Amino acid sequence: MKKTLILTTALTSMAFAASAAEVTVMSWGGSYTKSQVEAYQKPFTAETGITVNSVDSDNPATPIKAQVEAGNVTVDVADVEFSDAIRLCDEGLLETIDHSMLPAAPDGTAAADDFIEGALQDCAVANIVWSTVFAYNADNNDGTPTTIADFFDTAKFPGKRGLRKAAKATLEMALMADGVPAAEVYGILDSSEGVDRAFAKLDTIKADIVWWEAGAQPPQLLADGEVVMSTAYNGRIFNAAVAESQPLVVVWDGQILDFDLFVVPKGAPNKEEAMKFIAFATDTQRLADQASWISYGPARKSSGALVGLYSDGKTEMGPHMPTAAANLGNALVNNFEFWVDHDAELNERFNAWLAN
Amino acid sequence: MALQSYASPLEKLWHYTYLVLCGLIFLFLIAPILIVIPLSFNSQPYFTFTKEMLALDPTGYSTRWYDLLLTFGMNAPDVPRDSSWWSDAWNNANWIKAMKNSVIIGVFSTILATVLGTVAALGLSKPDMPYRRPIMAILISPMIVPIIITATGLFFFYSDIGISKWSIFGWEIPYLGVILAHATLGIPFVIITVTATLVGFDHSLTRAAANLGANPRTTFFKIIMPLILPGVISGALFAFVTSFDEVVVVLFIGGLDEQTIPRQMWNGIREQISPAILSVATILVIISTLLLATVELLRRRSEKLRGITPH
Amino acid sequence: MADSTTNTDIGLTTADGKPLKQALAYAQARSRRRAFFLVLPLLLFVLVTFILPIGQMLQRSVFNDGFTTHHDLGTRVDTPIMVNLATWFDENELGVEPDEAAYAALVTDLIELKRLRAPGSAGTRINYGLAGSRSLFTKAARKAEKLEAPFKEALLDVSAKWENPKLWQVMRSASSSYTGAFYLAAVDRTQDAAGDIEQVEENRRVYVKLFVRTLLVSLLITFLTFLLAYPIAHLLATLPLRYSNLLMIFVLLPFWTSLLVRTTSWMILLQSQGVLNDAMVGTGILDDADRIQMMYNKTGTIIAMTHILLPFMVLPLYSVMRPINPSYVRAARSLGATSWTAFRRIYFPQTVPGIGAGALLVFILAVGYYITPALVGGADGTLISNLIAFHMTKSLNWSMAAALASLLLAGILILYWLYDRLVGIDNLKLG
Repeated sequence: MKKTLILTTALTSMAFAASAAEVTVMSWGGSYTKSQVEAYQKPFTAETGITVNSVDSDNPATPIKAQVEAGNVTVDVADVEFSDAIRLCDEGLLETIDHSMLPAAPDGTAAADDFIEGALQDCAVANIVWSTVFAYNADNNDGTPTTIADFFDTAKFPGKRGLRKAAKATLEMALMADGVPAAEVYGILDSSEGVDRAFAKLDTIKADIVWWEAGAQPPQLLADGEVVMSTAYNGRIFNAAVAESQPLVVVWDGQILDFDLFVVPKGAPNKEEAMKFIAFATDTQRLADQASWISYGPARKSSGALVGLYSDGKTEMGPHMPTAAANLGNALVNNFEFWVDHDAELNERFNAWLAN
Repeated sequence: MALQSYASPLEKLWHYTYLVLCGLIFLFLIAPILIVIPLSFNSQPYFTFTKEMLALDPTGYSTRWYDLLLTFGMNAPDVPRDSSWWSDAWNNANWIKAMKNSVIIGVFSTILATVLGTVAALGLSKPDMPYRRPIMAILISPMIVPIIITATGLFFFYSDIGISKWSIFGWEIPYLGVILAHATLGIPFVIITVTATLVGFDHSLTRAAANLGANPRTTFFKIIMPLILPGVISGALFAFVTSFDEVVVVLFIGGLDEQTIPRQMWNGIREQISPAILSVATILVIISTLLLATVELLRRRSEKLRGITPH
Repeated sequence: MADSTTNTDIGLTTADGKPLKQALAYAQARSRRRAFFLVLPLLLFVLVTFILPIGQMLQRSVFNDGFTTHHDLGTRVDTPIMVNLATWFDENELGVEPDEAAYAALVTDLIELKRLRAPGSAGTRINYGLAGSRSLFTKAARKAEKLEAPFKEALLDVSAKWENPKLWQVMRSASSSYTGAFYLAAVDRTQDAAGDIEQVEENRRVYVKLFVRTLLVSLLITFLTFLLAYPIAHLLATLPLRYSNLLMIFVLLPFWTSLLVRTTSWMILLQSQGVLNDAMVGTGILDDADRIQMMYNKTGTIIAMTHILLPFMVLPLYSVMRPINPSYVRAARSLGATSWTAFRRIYFPQTVPGIGAGALLVFILAVGYYITPALVGGADGTLISNLIAFHMTKSLNWSMAAALASLLLAGILILYWLYDRLVGIDNLKLG
């Protein structure tokens, strides 16, 4: 009897160990996933022995609802945008995250004070600050576009434009190009006249737009000459320009800053490991490490000082960060509350506009 | 189609114009498929003909993209190519993993579709099959209903019944949902090809066999099977190709780690069409050429067997 | 049948003494049963793995319990929500101004929502009917516990939007799990505050336009495939078999080649830096600055889909043309008809069944196309399937996706029925 008991215990603990030793992380693909694999996943496996499976999606927020509602969750950690994190949390699709498990900064500052404002949410912990910018191919443009208005000026800079096939960021950029100061963008966009104004601005270049959906597309479209300018995630352009030596240049005017946050879908198969992973990945050193693989700003104040060179060992990362003082001249911080509320409505309008 | 001797000059002119026109249409049909083949040997990461390629300069051509199919996703692609390199490629290269998945899904769904479809086709071709027309309409409908609707329906259905968690003796069946879905999509092709070989099937043959003392099993294997086999194989190949080429259902109901060749291509096309995609395309074109040749040979054999001389 | 057997009691009998007719009827019934049992496994398989899922999807287009039931996704426990408000709606007809009792019921329900952590999902359901109301629920639920009577004023203090009669109409409609609202939305209609059906604002109308576009694009593609298929089918049908079998490869190889491969090919051909543009610039037909945009628009979708669907037109045409006896045309010619007249009056009418079969098949397949428009369509080349995919994978408004899919499916089933009546499903041929 005792023997069987021991055997059963041994078997169950073995089974437990076998199934527990992994965690699945879903991210955005391309150079961004690579930066996370290098900075978070590999050291995490080395330290804990837990294998990390990396999977990619155009936008990791969308498979979460499908998986949770279907009761078939295969992802343990997902990397999502701010408004999506809040929305998914509101809908009860995410596990809450206990902030006390997050390690303090090396100088002893508690995590709650070390993370920049808004980076810690009930169901989410931010890892990076990234931004939507526009970039151009220096080989295919006569002259240098410097402002967001230039992006919409096809008379001065003829050629195709790449834009993300979604309302978010696109409408804000249109308004800023139309002369709205960053601080007033969301106030204006909250009225139907403001939305009309944004679409009217988009109308002026509609015939010249090539729409993209995956973050890896814009650098490719720019490098191939399919478009002369494109909106993009700033880190993707940085990697194409620095690592692949493409003649791509980022224009910071009118950039839109946003967080990416780690969330754990409700019913994640390896919840415990998922929490371990988040605590590990968002410590001061790891966040700073990620910045040496892609030009996204760490979400902890204490990481800032540790950000140094790009992994090629010679490029200074500082000036390429969206949060660098020089880049914040005309920058807009994404208003997550606005998008939680208006995402469905404005995308519907956006689709109707596309179809016309 | 020879020109009649009484044709007028105008008719002659029209005839030749017509032949040229047909030539152009054939070109339209085949050129897009052949164009990927030379481009897949591009030594540059472009998908258009470079000057070197046009000048037939050997430096313009290389097999680097085929090599990339093996190395992409490997743990250590740069070590010397000994047996451990090959086993690394076999176990870790993304395209090889995708190929294995595609083959597993394709084979199992094909077996399912072919067995069920052939048996049903035998029933459907019996002269006294009741409700033949409506049943036929239902069985063919997976081919007609847009794939996006099928995928949507299956997404809800499979998540409701939690198919991904189904297991036999604790062993979770991988890709079960996709296999069942692909079997459903392949069934119309099996039905169509097998019933086609049964058209004009002389039922007195089976009666003769029964008269001569053969039991139904012997009759089936000795008389019916050889006659319908070409149709069965064609149907199976169609079903396999359908599964091997299907991406929407996999995108909707496949797990995130269930990569198949079409899904990997879909991701690749949306992100960047590197010549690596074209080398996969080339391989697929070669496979489809082989399949087509097989099906054509089988069709002719079947016609000969059944004594139908094509008109 | 049974009657006739009993009436013929003096008929022939079989060796074992049974009346022949009865034995025959019995044998026939057995043979029918046997045939049916051969088909049964597959029929059940298709019913379960195909018809049932689609039926279930249809149900989802009229069923959405986002405002009546909360599903706890962790514990899998369902709790009814908004019960007090639903009671008020039951007791008061549409048009009754919401009174203090209504607001009190609402606040009670909001407190319950907060407790269940469900204001987001309930708000999302209302958001489908009235955009921008999602945050009304999340904000009000956060403060609900602290609200004090009179609740109407208290709630209007949180947001004046709570007074909107349209909001109350949407809540009333959503307080029943079964709704036709998604079908209304799928044809760009909505209900106003009084419950009357009206068109949505002009700048939100999209679905009808896309249905029409899908129809027009499919018609155009059907016509183009007919134009291209007719001459080559005729050539194939009139050439000696040796040659036509060889040329048939040109039709069958595309048919057997992966859809993604063919779409990729068209992308590399049509891109503005692609093979066709390069060739035209290289030969001096085009200036480098004037490269033609043939992809990421309707042109790309139409070209690629015409190519992909062409074999489906050639094959039925060929099988109709092959058996046509050339002596009819020759007879017409010898009776003095010009070759055009002979074609028009004698040959063409005989090929009409093939045209019908091919056109219907191509049209049915074109209407539901997804992959090709998604990859080469850009903005103005997307079809209704792409919008279904959008609601499935991006906006996650699954009831809307189901409603659009049901409408598309209904159209296709009508065409399928037509095809069966006119052509017969048995006559589908593959190569």
